[in-house]
Amino acid sequence: MSTNYADMQLVGVKRENDKDAEGRTEPTVGRETKPAERIDTAGADPTAHDDRFEVMADMFQRWIPVLVLPLITFGLLLGGWTWLQSTVSPDLPTPVQVWDEAVFLLGDPFYDHGPNDMGIGWQVLYSLGRVLTGFGLAALVGIPLGLMMGASLSMRRALGPVVQLLRPVSPLAWLPLGLLVFEAVNPSAIFVIFITSIWPILINTAAGVQAIPRDYTNVSQVLRLGRLEAARKILIPATMPYILTGMRLALGIAWMVIVAAEMLTGGVGIGFFIWDEWNNLNVASIIVSIFVIGLVGIALDGGVALIKKRFDYAPA
Amino acid sequence: MSHYLNIDYLDMTFATPRGPLNVLNNVNLKVQKGDFVSIIGHSGCGKSTVLNIVAGLLRATTGGVLLEEREVVEPGPERAVVFQNHSLLPWMTVYENVRLAVDKVRRGAPRAERDAWTLENLERVHMTHAKDQYPGEISGGMKQRVGIARALAMEPKVLLMDEPFGALDALTRAHLQDEVMKLQSELGNTVLMVTHDVDEAVLLSDRIVMMTNGPAATIGEVLEIDLPKPRERLVMADNAQYNHYRAEVLRFLHERHKNPESEAA
Ligand SMILES: Nc1ncnc2c1ncn2[C@@H]1O[C@H](COP(=O)(O)OP(=O)(O)O)[C@@H](O)[C@H]1O
Ligand SMILES: [Mg+2]
Repeated sequence: MSTNYADMQLVGVKRENDKDAEGRTEPTVGRETKPAERIDTAGADPTAHDDRFEVMADMFQRWIPVLVLPLITFGLLLGGWTWLQSTVSPDLPTPVQVWDEAVFLLGDPFYDHGPNDMGIGWQVLYSLGRVLTGFGLAALVGIPLGLMMGASLSMRRALGPVVQLLRPVSPLAWLPLGLLVFEAVNPSAIFVIFITSIWPILINTAAGVQAIPRDYTNVSQVLRLGRLEAARKILIPATMPYILTGMRLALGIAWMVIVAAEMLTGGVGIGFFIWDEWNNLNVASIIVSIFVIGLVGIALDGGVALIKKRFDYAPA
Repeated sequence: MSHYLNIDYLDMTFATPRGPLNVLNNVNLKVQKGDFVSIIGHSGCGKSTVLNIVAGLLRATTGGVLLEEREVVEPGPERAVVFQNHSLLPWMTVYENVRLAVDKVRRGAPRAERDAWTLENLERVHMTHAKDQYPGEISGGMKQRVGIARALAMEPKVLLMDEPFGALDALTRAHLQDEVMKLQSELGNTVLMVTHDVDEAVLLSDRIVMMTNGPAATIGEVLEIDLPKPRERLVMADNAQYNHYRAEVLRFLHERHKNPESEAA
């Protein structure tokens, strides 16, 4: 039993020493502001004048990898695309066509001509609404359940095998069951997102509880904290970084799954929007949607990363 | 006759994957109120195990602990522990760490009183200036001070310390030892301290309990330290009696009960 559970933890679990590596990949913004800070302090320094050239060279060297390398990749991508379009796949829109489509779609993202014709902004917001609802429900269920699983061997034994069995199943496999039970597409899509989000949250929360150092529980015992007090003062804050890692993973996957789910359920939403544009053979619009989905994904991830930062504690 | 703290016939056997491991065998120890008792022995002999049984964090296989004639069955603030690795909660400030204990032992007291008691204990260890910092932002010695403040705030019947200065550099350690001596003479705490530092044991203790090597470790000898208090580190360095005690402990540890690791080497 216990070895099974250990296997299960491997998925998406962040161990203590992973934190640093993760922290470094997170805030690209923070890293990009550093060169500017350097110049400011150098400017305040009276001896800095002589060094100005050096500072600029330094800045240049720092910005090359940050800005120029991605631009090169982007350029190569555009080049490859253009080449592909002009040779093998003439049905593909050109980059210019896609740009025009983007200007058109993003120029008026919130128009509303009835449920069958809404701006891309609305499509994204509807999808986001489903994702956040399903994700929120999963957190409401998954965090308490995960805390209990982490704290109690009986709970682990009771739930572990079920979680293990269901976790590898594509969440979309649950869609027909959702349709059957809820008899409506919107709750079914939310249900699929709930299923998507619950496993990472549950598993990470449980792993976080199990990773609580013995020292903290000793303190709790010596102080004779009651169950609730221990949960509030020690269990939850100690587990918080793990919970948020789980939520971050869950949100990322949920944002991927919603596109597929909406393609199946229809209605307003970025997933069905893409499917609809495919039926209209408007491929440029699909490509614009891909970029929009990517950008929203980055924003979602950044949001959770910010919250996570607030609750992370420096190991003492 | 019953003493303040009675440790009676402790046997401890851990179940390990490689079968039962008998760590303690018939450990007996009496501590008077106000005594400062050190337990010294080689690493791995079972000192922490004894302390954790007194703390109530471990249950002895047989035998038990009586504090003021009441059996110890669970951990509690009247047996506050200063852990070797300070075990402050990293998501709480220094103040909040101590306040957590104060809120527990002074439950029902007015807010202002609990605040004052928290600050008073931080002041005792000279940590008021860092009260709003987090454990991750202060040095090891400072963390240990906060750990001591937290334990003192519980006004324990017995203060338990498990190698409280083991992780500190020599200067910081000496400084904290002096302060613990001072605090103990002011407050008259009963202290049970685990250490493997001979000087620390002789300087601070009224009695040194020397443990034999494991497995099945027990108390080999008890040495009364009959030196007047307060003791000055520098004065003691030239004190013949002090050096005699020191030599006694060293003889026990290095002649009669050699470090099992050095023997194997
Ligand atoms: N929970 C445990 N399970 C199994 N063995 C343990 C446990 N705790 C301690 N031991 C063993 O008991 C012996 C004494 O440990 P400990 O009391 O920590 O020694 P000391 O504090 O003197 O260094 C060691 O050999 C250690 O491996
Ligand atoms: Mg120990």
